[in-house]
Amino acid sequence: MADLKHRIAKRVAMEFKDGYVANLGIGLPTLVSNYLPENVDVILQSENGFTGITDASEPGKEDVDVINAGAGYVNYEPRACFFDSSLSFSIIRGGHLDATVLGAMEVDEKGNLANWIVPGKMVAGMGGAMDLVTGAKKVIIAMLHTQKGTPKILKECTLPYTALGVVDLIVTEMGVMEVTPEGILLKELHPDFTLDEIKAATGCDLIIAENLKPMKVE
Amino acid sequence: MIDKIRTADEAIAGLQDGMTIMVGGFMACGSPENLMDAIVRKGVKHLTVIGNDGGIPPTEKDSARGIGKLINAGLVDRLIASHVGLNPQVGQGMMCGALACDLIPQGTLAEAIRAGGAGLGGVLTPTGVGTIAAEGRQIVVVDGKEYVLEKPLKADYAFIRATHADKFGNFMSGKSTKTFNYVMAMAAETVVLGTEHLHEVGEKDADFYHMPGIFVDYIVGGEFRWQI
Repeated sequence: MADLKHRIAKRVAMEFKDGYVANLGIGLPTLVSNYLPENVDVILQSENGFTGITDASEPGKEDVDVINAGAGYVNYEPRACFFDSSLSFSIIRGGHLDATVLGAMEVDEKGNLANWIVPGKMVAGMGGAMDLVTGAKKVIIAMLHTQKGTPKILKECTLPYTALGVVDLIVTEMGVMEVTPEGILLKELHPDFTLDEIKAATGCDLIIAENLKPMKVE
Repeated sequence: MIDKIRTADEAIAGLQDGMTIMVGGFMACGSPENLMDAIVRKGVKHLTVIGNDGGIPPTEKDSARGIGKLINAGLVDRLIASHVGLNPQVGQGMMCGALACDLIPQGTLAEAIRAGGAGLGGVLTPTGVGTIAAEGRQIVVVDGKEYVLEKPLKADYAFIRATHADKFGNFMSGKSTKTFNYVMAMAAETVVLGTEHLHEVGEKDADFYHMPGIFVDYIVGGEFRWQI
């Protein structure tokens, strides 16, 4: 499972272009920062209020005034800059974020996203997720293809929406899919899986790209 | 110059049952802990609390932190926040009906508070259109695009935290402690600033501070560098 998550993170990292400003969600998306290509300079934003976030702080070496959005102590680059929540979300909503990477409970073929609430379960809250997917120029969903076998990529989300029509790209351990006006386009398939397997694990029709490629991971 | 320096207990003397308060910080990083302790000591009840989250609940080793102190003491009837998942006491309170919780997207929350302090009639945000976050709110179409109208938020008190302040109340909050502290400084009837370092007026260059002291009513020194 851990290997699969790293595979997904590696593939997402290839989507980043030199000069990107990006925000990575907590969990699997955070792994993406480990795999950014050397010649690609990306500055990462932390929505609680800074640009230039790097990795988790070593125990004993924390700066107690510097946490990430998951309340963990983190380090920052020399070019980092700190600001308040209003400015932080102006960056996010105002089109200043090139990409955001988040997990999902469900994504559908219209690019609708559900990743914040399951009715009847204890509510965590949307935090910054709704703003991130609404404002970022490119929304990349990084997740395992199914929830223990149950498809998460669907014809229509069943859970309450985080936002409508916002998802651009879905990267899972099985492949890379782009959300297009016609539906979900499978562009890359991981060699561990067959077309029939990924179709069976997906809750909507997949449009197979004419030049379908093996999923790049190395 | 008006003397704004108070003890924490003096600064909250006017706080009454049923009031609405704002608390700065993000998961208690940047929350004024001494002021939270004073509110718990006073024991005012039925508060509506506006803040990013529910703070941190107590553990076996540590006391609660930030807004978590108020929730743990049972002082809060209603919480207006963006994320409460890291404090299970909020979820438990919601389940048993003791605590109402309005969840607002984080960026919308920041702007609603800013609107409250900036004299605006609300904010139009594309965030939340077509979701639960838009329920009960007016949708306004501008140049063909839909926005949620979020009304301004104001409070009776704001409790905020600075790293450095002078005795007039000019202040700055270091690194990632800024969070909601700056917008909240403008949005409440009475603003109480807890600060780690307290300086004489003129001791630091005027360009050093981020926020003007005109927003601050009371200053309480002695904030620690808290480990959350």
